[in-house]
Amino acid sequence: MQRAGGAKARESEPAGAAAAIRLAGLWREFGDRAVLEDVHVELAPGETMVVIGPNGAGKTTLLRILATLLRPTAGEVVVLGSRLPREAWRARGRIGYLGHEPLLYRDLTVAENLRFHARLYGVEAAETRISALLDRVGMSRRAGELARNLSVGMAQRVAACRAVLHEPELLLLDEPRAHLDPQAGELVDPLVGPAEGRTRVIVTHDFRAALSSGGRVLALGHGGAVAYEGPAAGLPVADAEAIYAGSPR
Amino acid sequence: MSAFRAILAKDLRVELRTLQSVPGMALFAVSTFILFRFGLDRTTLEGSLAAGVLLATVLFAALLAVNRLFVAERDQGGFDAIRLAPVDGTALFAAKVAALVAYLVVLELVTVPVFALFFLDEWSALPPLALVLALADVGLAATGALASSLATGSRARDLLAPLLLLPLLVPLMIAAAGAAEPLLAAGGPEYDRFGTWLAVLGLYDVVFLLVGYGVFDFVLED
Repeated sequence: MQRAGGAKARESEPAGAAAAIRLAGLWREFGDRAVLEDVHVELAPGETMVVIGPNGAGKTTLLRILATLLRPTAGEVVVLGSRLPREAWRARGRIGYLGHEPLLYRDLTVAENLRFHARLYGVEAAETRISALLDRVGMSRRAGELARNLSVGMAQRVAACRAVLHEPELLLLDEPRAHLDPQAGELVDPLVGPAEGRTRVIVTHDFRAALSSGGRVLALGHGGAVAYEGPAAGLPVADAEAIYAGSPR
Repeated sequence: MSAFRAILAKDLRVELRTLQSVPGMALFAVSTFILFRFGLDRTTLEGSLAAGVLLATVLFAALLAVNRLFVAERDQGGFDAIRLAPVDGTALFAAKVAALVAYLVVLELVTVPVFALFFLDEWSALPPLALVLALADVGLAATGALASSLATGSRARDLLAPLLLLPLLVPLMIAAAGAAEPLLAAGGPEYDRFGTWLAVLGLYDVVFLLVGYGVFDFVLED
């Protein structure tokens, strides 16, 4: 299996030109262990890419690099026209990130948490926006509740509100349906779903759903090497299963 | 400025709601004064001994808050949240310094009268002493926020923060004690080289605020 797009063809393009995300030869190591190896990806604005791969394949690491939270060890990373990590400050504020942690202060209420983030991002008419978002995820009645008292699923719903509060151009979602019951999932999906001009990168273990989504897929194998990158239709389910079944390093 | 205000307001709100730092600091300081009172077996202190007892107690009480300063950022994703936002990392440093200064001021509003009650015959030294403490608080908060942020990623952070902080505070303690000693002299406050020591304290504050401003963005990055 290999990448559907040619890396060599991309080398001739100016860095980051018109691409929402451009990764060229991205490596990330923790100590002497490589977590991502020579990743090449290019994603146009408005596109959605689903990242799949077994545990430890570097999916979350990739997302954190795109979110400017981790530095690449080597390679070129251009996000929303900003070369990371040097120009991270230009990309920040245009990215929404929903990771494994809800990034909510436990001793603030739901509304206070969102208000805090709204102030950090300079969101205008924050109260109206917060009310509308909480309403959409069915959390309006919990606005005054301390975050420490929320169930994990409820915290995930509020975290989804936090991630889209500032209407980001790039949405990075790490297992967005984790901890959500089907009903809550239905509420959160439209919030973090496709929208005009919104580029999305979604990490998921549900590769069957990812492959049937019709979008683009990046499959990382054990050790963080790219096993496949291209349209979902180009990766048969059997090959995806083989990527998951590969031996861990 | 908006990020600074948002982070400071968040910290003060959380402290008011949970009372995790200031009551513990005050209790520690008052207990220490009681121990000194009986340990030294004296009802009055003056000069360098009085200055030492007061300043060392405030410093060690401050360590309790320093160790907790970035707990929420570390454990609840605050570092990530702030790094994701389009804000200068130094806003976090400035807010933490301001929060720590606020905690220290409240601590001193409670404990300095207790100190005076236990150890001072007359209280006329307290107004100029407040100026010394205010300048010392800024320096202590600046170095404390810096040490706490450096230690927060370590598993031995509760040990590391004081180990980093205490040597850095030696010049501050020398200057604060130099200013406070004549104020607490037997027979009433004296102002021998008071201005010089205040200037040294002010210089210390400026240096460590600038160091924090200069390096904090690097501390925040992975």
